[in-house]
Amino acid sequence: MPAHLILLVIQRLALGVLLLLASSVLIFAGTQILPGDVAQAVLGQAATPEAIANLREEMGLNEPAVSRYLKWLFGAVQGDFGNALTNGADIGASISKRLGNTLFLALWAAVISVPLAILLGLIAVRFRNRWPDRLISAMSLATISVPEFVIGYIFMFFVAVKLRWVPSVSMINDSMSLMQKLQSIALPVIVLTFVVLAHMMRMTRAAILNVMESPYIETAELKGLSRFAVITRHALPNSIAPIVNVVMLNLAYLVVGVVVVEVIFVYPGMGQYLVDHVAKRDIPVVQAAGLIFASVYILLNMAADIIGIVANPRLRHPK
Amino acid sequence: MTMRIPVSALIGLTMMAFFFCLAVFAPLIAPYGIGEVVGDVWEPMSAKHWLGTDNIGRDLLTRMIYGARTTIFIASAATVLSFTLGTLLALSAVVLGGWVDMALSRFIDLIMTIPTLIFALVVLSVVPTSILILIVLMGLLDTTRVYRLARAVAVDINVMDYVEAARLRGEGTSWIVLREILPNALSPLVAELGLRFIFMVLFISTLSFLGLGVLPPDTDWGAIVKENKEGLVYGIPAALAPAVAIATLAISVNLVADWVLNRTTSLKGGRNA
Amino acid sequence: MREAVAHNLVEIRGLKIGATVFTPGEKPKDVEIVHGVDLNLEKGKVLGLIGESGAGKSTIGLSTLAYGRGGIRITGGEIFINGIDILKNSVGELRDLRGRQVTYVSQSAAAGFNPSKRLMDQVVESCLSHKLCSRKEAEERAVTLFRKLGLPDPENFGKRYPHQVSGGQLQRAMTAMALCPEPDLVIFDEPTTALDVTTQIDVLASIKEAIQDTGVGAIYITHDLAVVAQVSDHIMVLQHGRMVEYGTTDQIINNPQKDYTRALVSIRSTIHDETPAKGEPVLKLNNVSARYRGLNFDVVKDVTLEIHPSQTLAVVGESGSGKSTLARVMTGLLPLRQGSVSFNGETLPAALEERSKEQLRELQMIYQMADVAMNPRQTIETIIGRPLEFYFGMQGAEKRARVIELLDEIELGESFLKRYPAELSGGQKQRVCIARALAAKPRLIICDEVTSALDPLVADGILKLLLNLQEIEHVSYLFITHDLATVRAIADTIAVMYQGNVVRYGPKSKVLEPPFDDYTDLLLSSVPEMKLGWLEDVISTRKMDSAGN
Repeated sequence: MPAHLILLVIQRLALGVLLLLASSVLIFAGTQILPGDVAQAVLGQAATPEAIANLREEMGLNEPAVSRYLKWLFGAVQGDFGNALTNGADIGASISKRLGNTLFLALWAAVISVPLAILLGLIAVRFRNRWPDRLISAMSLATISVPEFVIGYIFMFFVAVKLRWVPSVSMINDSMSLMQKLQSIALPVIVLTFVVLAHMMRMTRAAILNVMESPYIETAELKGLSRFAVITRHALPNSIAPIVNVVMLNLAYLVVGVVVVEVIFVYPGMGQYLVDHVAKRDIPVVQAAGLIFASVYILLNMAADIIGIVANPRLRHPK
Repeated sequence: MTMRIPVSALIGLTMMAFFFCLAVFAPLIAPYGIGEVVGDVWEPMSAKHWLGTDNIGRDLLTRMIYGARTTIFIASAATVLSFTLGTLLALSAVVLGGWVDMALSRFIDLIMTIPTLIFALVVLSVVPTSILILIVLMGLLDTTRVYRLARAVAVDINVMDYVEAARLRGEGTSWIVLREILPNALSPLVAELGLRFIFMVLFISTLSFLGLGVLPPDTDWGAIVKENKEGLVYGIPAALAPAVAIATLAISVNLVADWVLNRTTSLKGGRNA
Repeated sequence: MREAVAHNLVEIRGLKIGATVFTPGEKPKDVEIVHGVDLNLEKGKVLGLIGESGAGKSTIGLSTLAYGRGGIRITGGEIFINGIDILKNSVGELRDLRGRQVTYVSQSAAAGFNPSKRLMDQVVESCLSHKLCSRKEAEERAVTLFRKLGLPDPENFGKRYPHQVSGGQLQRAMTAMALCPEPDLVIFDEPTTALDVTTQIDVLASIKEAIQDTGVGAIYITHDLAVVAQVSDHIMVLQHGRMVEYGTTDQIINNPQKDYTRALVSIRSTIHDETPAKGEPVLKLNNVSARYRGLNFDVVKDVTLEIHPSQTLAVVGESGSGKSTLARVMTGLLPLRQGSVSFNGETLPAALEERSKEQLRELQMIYQMADVAMNPRQTIETIIGRPLEFYFGMQGAEKRARVIELLDEIELGESFLKRYPAELSGGQKQRVCIARALAAKPRLIICDEVTSALDPLVADGILKLLLNLQEIEHVSYLFITHDLATVRAIADTIAVMYQGNVVRYGPKSKVLEPPFDDYTDLLLSSVPEMKLGWLEDVISTRKMDSAGN
């Protein structure tokens, strides 16, 4: 890899770190510097002044915001997010178990949706403007127009309740075997797949079409190459980068989709954890979970950019 | 330019009109009061209750009609907010250029590094939930996307020779923005308006479904799903009614937006090739 | 069948080509773009296809590969290649035809090469996929062709990626790619149009040499009759998908029969007689230097020029010579770094914002792409009327009357008032831009490549119009162009620019007469002339010169 390419990648990595820092500031600021008193917000209107004062003390609200932020950030980097306000539990410990569950769910959704989306995207391009393409477009329009929880409940209603194929609630614990776990998460995985499939498919289709309409594809066709050779030798090498980019962006999207799906199926993951504690106004938990979701999102976006840099022939073979 | 509306757009327009009428005239149309308990829990569909009753025996059709009112009102208001603010900021950034553009764009990039839903959840953990707060929060968060699109469109137009010609003529900023850039930026923005509206409908429904959006005594479609979701386990489809309504509205708007987008690309013309 | 046509490499009979036009919001519409064309080409001969845009020349060229772009397809007629009707070919037979019997060189080699593969892999690909020879042999062929086409370091040239070599080199590499499988026929589709004129001549010469050496048959497509006259044995003139005239190159150039062909041949003969400079200069550039932000060198270096009333100064140069930058400096879009610009005897503020309305009015500009120089949402009346309103406060009937007057001056007329730019042809659009500039009653109009996006005949019309208007309105022009024929046609004074410097400057008669400096000599001798054997003459003169040195 040439030196300037490494430099570009390092630059992008540095930008990623910078964005992570900035997003931590935003999340911190979002919970601290908003109008109103946080302690008041947590305890509600009926709270006594003493209770509020106690809570302010406990949360360190009397210190200046900058020092609170730095303390929080240094703790977070070491995995120490403090304790939950509601039950005093160690947030780091709760998160590590739930994060594992969420990643398990997201991983299986990715394993199914990525190849499926690319395959459908290819089919749409191959039969462009004919019925398979139209059908795929119509399906993706429909799924894009429907919120995640609607897809979730439709599946739950028909597959779990009417047909009784799988349980409607996705419990998961360490004593379960892999097969039991997979059976338990089948429904959320399907729903998540649906949620990201449409976007990924549309973007894959657009990326491949963009390559297929390039003049060098015409050049290849006019050389008398077979359809197969045109695709494998000329279209594919130039499509890989955009497709990988599409996949990465959608995995980032999947991370958000997981929040709602976990709530629907009462799945013990990060999303459920976050939503529960937003309702309870448990700010340290919300900050911690928010930071982790944002980090995963930023890291995936960064990975997409780096792949784009590395795959660009102009950057790989400079003048 | 002939005005031939394709069937799909016509269906979309009709459905949109239907939903907006429901929203506007909800108190006149709804057969019962919004919080009125009129029957048993989860009664099936009947002549008396067209969609049956909900989890505490309120008329589901009535709830749906009032839900439409809230959902559409919040989504519309938030869209208007994000659109005005986003377009205004973007156009000023492009025309003023320099550090204003730079600072605004970087700030927007920064906000966009955090997924919208996550950001909203973080903020909703501290602020009291009210319809006004929801509108402002959703509107501000979505301003980022409108800004990006409007900026991209405006940048494209700003480098056109006709804008340069206007500058060389000595035209002021207001002529350049209002007469040269805006008329050409409007069409892609109008199509985007539809997509932003859909996003707002999905967004507010999701928040309400998570219990962090519209709170009782008000209701919206997302909240109706939440209220009735337990019924699904017993095979009662009440929660699916609002789900279907959300999907229908979103698809209708999509169909219309698609048509607007197609129509404007044909209007653009300019090149004979 | 085969015997009947065996002596011809290509034989096309009654070729009809149709296209489906997709106008958004309307039903797809079928139109015919080529209406029955007959064409013959003997083995080893070169046929030039010439015509303006929309003549169907590229479409006909591609039809010999049984290929149509986008919604284009062959709807009637027969195409025989080596006696075989390729329209009846199976898919497999078509593959055998393409890249083996017939190959293609496109206008934009930069887009035609796959960006992620080395040039050598792409050049030898046809040989290998058709199993014509081993990879080693194919690469040897390629290196030989690279050498023949004058590419630098032919042994290692193929190891580079497309973005690592220049446009002229890519065009030659594409020619090598087309010749590598030793085809019977090569289609050259405007192969030199995108190149600078001094690059064009070398590429043209190497293409011609390669054609002669390999004895391949060729169809050479271009809009430039002078170029095609250098390489072809026969010429077919096309207009709107129909043949206008066909003959030997000699006959078409020296004895054209049809009016349309005559017009094409006489295109570069418009010559404006130089008028002597009178009065104080309208505009003076004094030792102007300018650079773009972020660059550490000047794009325009120490330029001193004058433009006199009712005169035309032509600034001529190739891409990168700094001529367009010069225009940006004069308009104030790019503030100068050193020197000064004086206008009507007073110094112009460097930045656009500091200039007075009167100064802005007196200095107008016309652009290369009339398409994007007019707001597509405004009617012609608004476009031309705005300067009247803005500078002179004209309103209502008075404004309209003046717009109509201007429309008459540009030979369009009142019926155009309510039209939108998209409804106009390229030449009409440029005329409206001229009227918009004139509406301000300027003393000087900067014309930036105003004819280079237009077909030759249309461009000629625009030049004549500009000259007429100069007589009526007593306006001066600063005419920026890369085309010396245009310069001859319109200029009183000429400045030749090269790498940011003015290398030659003076009255037309002096600048275009020897003795020349090296660059002007190269530039002048590179402009294709409408005469047979011009290319050979130039090349041999240059060879003699370099031998002499």
